[in-house]
Amino acid sequence: MYNKPRRGLGSFTSASMADIAFLLLVFFLVTTTISMDKGIEMVLPEPGDTDIEIPKSNITNILINQTGKVLIDEVPILVRDIAREAEMRINKRGFKPDGEQIMIFSVKPHRDTKYNVYIQVLDQLKRAGAKKISIANPETF
Amino acid sequence: MKIEKKTKTSNEISTSSMPDIIFMLLIFFMVTTVMREYEGLDVLVPKAKSIQKLESKRNTSYVWAAKDGTIVVDDRRINVGDLRHIMYEKMVKRPKTTVSLLADQEVSMETITDIHTELREAYALRLSYSAKTLGGDNL
Repeated sequence: MYNKPRRGLGSFTSASMADIAFLLLVFFLVTTTISMDKGIEMVLPEPGDTDIEIPKSNITNILINQTGKVLIDEVPILVRDIAREAEMRINKRGFKPDGEQIMIFSVKPHRDTKYNVYIQVLDQLKRAGAKKISIANPETF
Repeated sequence: MKIEKKTKTSNEISTSSMPDIIFMLLIFFMVTTVMREYEGLDVLVPKAKSIQKLESKRNTSYVWAAKDGTIVVDDRRINVGDLRHIMYEKMVKRPKTTVSLLADQEVSMETITDIHTELREAYALRLSYSAKTLGGDNL
């Protein structure tokens, strides 16, 4: 009466499935590179000159010369002391009601300054928690 | 005799779920894998302490700057002036792109400033100065 259900059209052994999966697994293990991209993040200003009036007392000028010496508001400073100095200045200048920092740090490197020194200075500022950092175009000062 | 038999059977681990476990691992690695696209230059990036991890590799494009001022994007050596067109196209494709600048620590700021200018023109404003963790170890 009933049609006997047909036997499968054929079967394959699933024993080698694990091997195939293993092979693929090893491939993806080898090709995976765990994200190692780390760095100091900055947001660049939009193109074009924008003139914003900022009182001079709210700006800290940081100059870096070609030998890696740093001046902070005309006073020489060691790179490793910048964080402390910056933190002091941020707290001294205070915060806006919304918690925004008032103090702005303007970093101005010389054209021949080594990138390394510049990164060290930025690192120090970030360590001090400075949120407002501006990068001035280098000059031959 | 009977007891011995029992212990013998319980000693075996069933391997029937092995493929499932492996498949699970496989799927995990397949999902997390991002193929390496470009090799880049041999640069020694500076070290810093206050570094952040980049959010996603897919939204990152790399700009390499070597000691001698060579700039490489996507395995091609380019002039600084061409950077804005390349970056602009990338920004159109992926507006959330963050540029990771892998510059050698010996590079002069002149080159870096040129790159800044070009990136600004291309509206690629999110920049990350690639750096190693201070105290050594991995890149």
